[in-house]
Amino acid sequence: MNKKLFGIAAIFKSPDDIIQAAKKTAEAGYKKFDTHSPYPVHGMERAMKLKPSKLGFITLVFGLTGAGLALLLMYWTMSVDYPMIIGGKPFFALPAFIPVTFEVTVLLATLSTVIGMITFFFRFPENDHPLHDTEYMKKVSRDHFGLVIEASDKNFDESKVRDFLKSLSPISIEEIYFSEKETFPVLEPKFVTFLIAVALVTSGVTYFALNKLLYMQPFTWMMEQQKLNPQQKSSLFADGFGMRTPVQGTVARGFLPYPYMGQTNPTEVLQNPYLPTKENLKLGEQKYLTFCSPCHGNFGDGDSRLRGQFPNPPSLHSTRAREFSDGMIYHIITNGQNIMPSYASQITREERWAIVNYIRVLQRAKNAKSSDLQVVNKETGNNASN
Amino acid sequence: MNIDYSQEAPAIAGRLSLSEIEELVARPLDTKPDRKYFIALSISGTLLLIGAVCLAFSFYYGIGLWGNNQPVGWAVPIVNFVFWVGIGHAGTLISAILFLLRQKWRTGIARFAEAMTIFAVMCAGIFPIIHTGRPWLAGYLLPYPNQHSLWVNFTSPLLWDVFAVSTYFTVSLVFWYIGLIPDFATLRDRTTSKIKKTIYSIFSLGWRHSSRHWQHYEKAYMLLAGFATPLVLSVHTIVSFDFAVSILPGWHTTIFPPYFVAGAIFSGFAMVVTVLVFVRKIFNLENIITMDHLEKMNKVILATGMMVGYAYGMEFFIAWYSGVQAEQFVFINRAFGPYAWAYWIMVSCNVIFPQLFWFRKFRRSIPVMMVIVILVNVGMWFERFVITITSLHRDFLPSSWAYYKPTIFDMGILLGSFGLFFTLVILFTKSLPVVSISEVKAVAEGAQPTHHGGHHE
Repeated sequence: MNKKLFGIAAIFKSPDDIIQAAKKTAEAGYKKFDTHSPYPVHGMERAMKLKPSKLGFITLVFGLTGAGLALLLMYWTMSVDYPMIIGGKPFFALPAFIPVTFEVTVLLATLSTVIGMITFFFRFPENDHPLHDTEYMKKVSRDHFGLVIEASDKNFDESKVRDFLKSLSPISIEEIYFSEKETFPVLEPKFVTFLIAVALVTSGVTYFALNKLLYMQPFTWMMEQQKLNPQQKSSLFADGFGMRTPVQGTVARGFLPYPYMGQTNPTEVLQNPYLPTKENLKLGEQKYLTFCSPCHGNFGDGDSRLRGQFPNPPSLHSTRAREFSDGMIYHIITNGQNIMPSYASQITREERWAIVNYIRVLQRAKNAKSSDLQVVNKETGNNASN
Repeated sequence: MNIDYSQEAPAIAGRLSLSEIEELVARPLDTKPDRKYFIALSISGTLLLIGAVCLAFSFYYGIGLWGNNQPVGWAVPIVNFVFWVGIGHAGTLISAILFLLRQKWRTGIARFAEAMTIFAVMCAGIFPIIHTGRPWLAGYLLPYPNQHSLWVNFTSPLLWDVFAVSTYFTVSLVFWYIGLIPDFATLRDRTTSKIKKTIYSIFSLGWRHSSRHWQHYEKAYMLLAGFATPLVLSVHTIVSFDFAVSILPGWHTTIFPPYFVAGAIFSGFAMVVTVLVFVRKIFNLENIITMDHLEKMNKVILATGMMVGYAYGMEFFIAWYSGVQAEQFVFINRAFGPYAWAYWIMVSCNVIFPQLFWFRKFRRSIPVMMVIVILVNVGMWFERFVITITSLHRDFLPSSWAYYKPTIFDMGILLGSFGLFFTLVILFTKSLPVVSISEVKAVAEGAQPTHHGGHHE
C-alpha cells in the first residue's frame, strides 16, 4: 500500500480518559495532535495546552466597524446629502440614530464572528479531510472520544507513536491515511451545458420580472386612475377640454397687471418695494443668470454668449444705465425695449425687483469708488470701520 | 411535596446513554412519516392555502378588502405583526439568555424554540410588507442609492423596525445554524443513505468534532449569545416604539418597551409550551423534554404574566395621575367602551388564568397547562388588538368615531399565518433534529470529566 499516512488515532471510552490522554500527549511534546469528542469536553483546552481563542478580536473590530459605518451613513444621508427637518429634530439626531446603529453593530459583529470562525479559524468547508468516512470519525461522532497524532508532527515516528498511544490504554488504535485526490473536470460538456442553462433561465426570469411583469396588472393599477392625463379628451365638457379657462380678469399669483405696459418712455415708474437683503440678492442673482445673462453677460458687460446670433445689447455699466431709476429698469424688464422682449410672463414681480437689486450690485461692483474700499481686519475678518 | 431543592435536578431524565440520546433524537429523521403526520400537514397546509388565497385577492383588488379605514388605519395586520414577533422572543430568550445564565435545562428545548423564533419572525415579516399595499416595492425600505436621490428616514421607528426585525431574523438564523453544524456532522456519520449523506455533508461543512474547533465554537456561541440577548430586548422595544414614539393617547407611554418585552416572552413561552407538549409526546422525548422543563417554563409564564398585569394596572394609574383628559378617556373607553369585551378577554386570559400556575399540581398537569397556554396565546393576540384598535377608533374628532371590524380577508390572512407557522414546524420535526444532540449529550450524566480529571497520577 503506498497510501500516505495522515496520523495514528486512538479511541477512548470516557471523558476522564481523553483528558488524561490529551494531557500526556501534550506533555510528551507532540504539537500536531487533536482530540475529537461528540460535544465539547470541559477542561480540554487546558489539557491540550491550547491558547485562548482569538475569535473575539474579529467580533470587536467588525462590531465597531458596523457602529461607525451605520452612524456615518446616517450622518451623511440625513445631514449632508438630503438634509430635511423631521419632527423638529436636528439633522444629526443622535438619539434617533441609536436603534439602527445598535442593530447594524450586532448584525456585523455576529456575521463576522461566524464567517470568520468558519472560514478563517476552521478553514471550512472541508469535506475531503482524511478523518472523514473513517471508523474513527463514526465513533467520535457518536459516544467515543478520540486522539490523533498527525504524521506531520516533527517528533512523529510510527512505531514510537504507536507504543505511546498503547501506553495510554485506549480501546482501539487505527491508522488514518490520506484519501486519493478526487478530480472534477470543470469543462465537462454536461457541466458547461448546465451553466449555460442556469445563466439563460436566470437572465430570462430577471428580464421578464423587471421589464414585463411589473408593467402588468395588478402591478400597474396605480396608473389606471379616474383622471385626465395631458392631451386626453374630456367627456364631461362640451368642448372636450379637461382644463377650464379661468374667469375673465383672473390674475395669477405674482403676476399683478403692470400699469405702464406698452409705454416706451414712461413719464413715471414704480418705486422699488424690496430692500436688497441677502436672500433677495441671491434670488436676483439666480434669476439674472437664468434670464438676463445669455445676452447681457454674467456681469452685465453686454458680452453675449450667443455668438452674434442675436445682436449684443449695450453694457449695463454705461452712465445711462447707471442713472436709470430702479423703476425704469423694472419697466424695461417688464415691458421690453427695442428688440428685448417683455419678461412679464416668465419672471414674477418679486423676481423682477430682485433682478433690479442685483443689477445695482453689479453696477456698484464694476464701478467701485475708492471710498468703497475698506480695510479688512485680518484677525477678526470684520471691517475695520465697523 | 418532599422535594430536595438543595440539589440541581438532572437536565435529562432516565439516565440515557450518549448513543441512546442520539437514537432518540434522530429517529424521526430515519423513519418514514406516518399517517398522522400527513393529516397534521394537510390541516396546516389548508390553513396556509386559505391565507394564500386571501392574500392573492388582497394583491389583486387592493387592501380595501380589509377592515382598515379611517380612523382605524392600523388594524389586524399590525396586530398580527406584533403578535408573531412576540412569539419569536421565547426562542432567543431560551437559547441566549438562559445560556448566559448557565441554565442546563435549556438544552432540551433550545433547538425547537429557536426554530419557532425563525418561523414566527417569518410570519411576522409578512404583515408590514403586505400592509404597504404594494409588497413588490418593499425594496424601497432599504437605504440604497437610487435615481430619486431619496433616502429612508432614519429617525422613524418604522424604519428602525426594518433594521431590528431583519437583523433579528438573520442573527437567529445564524445562531440556529451554528448550533446545527455538529448535529449535521453526527447525522452525516450515522446515516446509510447516500443522498442524506451528501446533504448532511454540505451543511456540516466538514465538521469533525475536533477539540481545537470546539474551543472556537464555544467562544463563538458565547459571543453570539451575548449579542442575541440585547438584540432580543431591542427588537420588541423597537416594535413598541412604533406605538410609543407617536403622540397618540394610549400609545404614547414610556412603559411600552419593558411591557412589550415582558409580553413577548410571555406569549412566546406559551407558544413553546403549546407545541412542545405535543412534540415530546409524539416523538417520545419525555426524557429529554421533561416535566421539570415544562414546569420551569410555566413559572416563566406566571412571572411574565404578572409583569404584563402590572403594566395594565400602571397604564390606568398613569392615565389618572397625568391629569390628561384625552389619556383618561382612552383608558376608560378601553375598559368600558365598545371594545370592553376585547379588553376583558385580554385581562382574564393574561392575568387571571395564569394565576393557577402558583400551584405545583397545575404547573405539572398537561391538560391544565394546555388550556392555560392556549388562553395566553389568545389573550396576547387580544392585547395587541386592544392596544391598536381602542387607541384609534375614537380619535379627537367625535364625528369620525367608528367601530372597526376585521373582514373575512383579515381573518383568512391570520389563519394563513398560523398555517405557515405550523407547516414549517411540522416540516422541521421530520427534517432536522428537534433537540440539539451535541448539547444534550454534553449535559447527560457522566458526560463531563469528574472534578479531579479522572485517574490521579
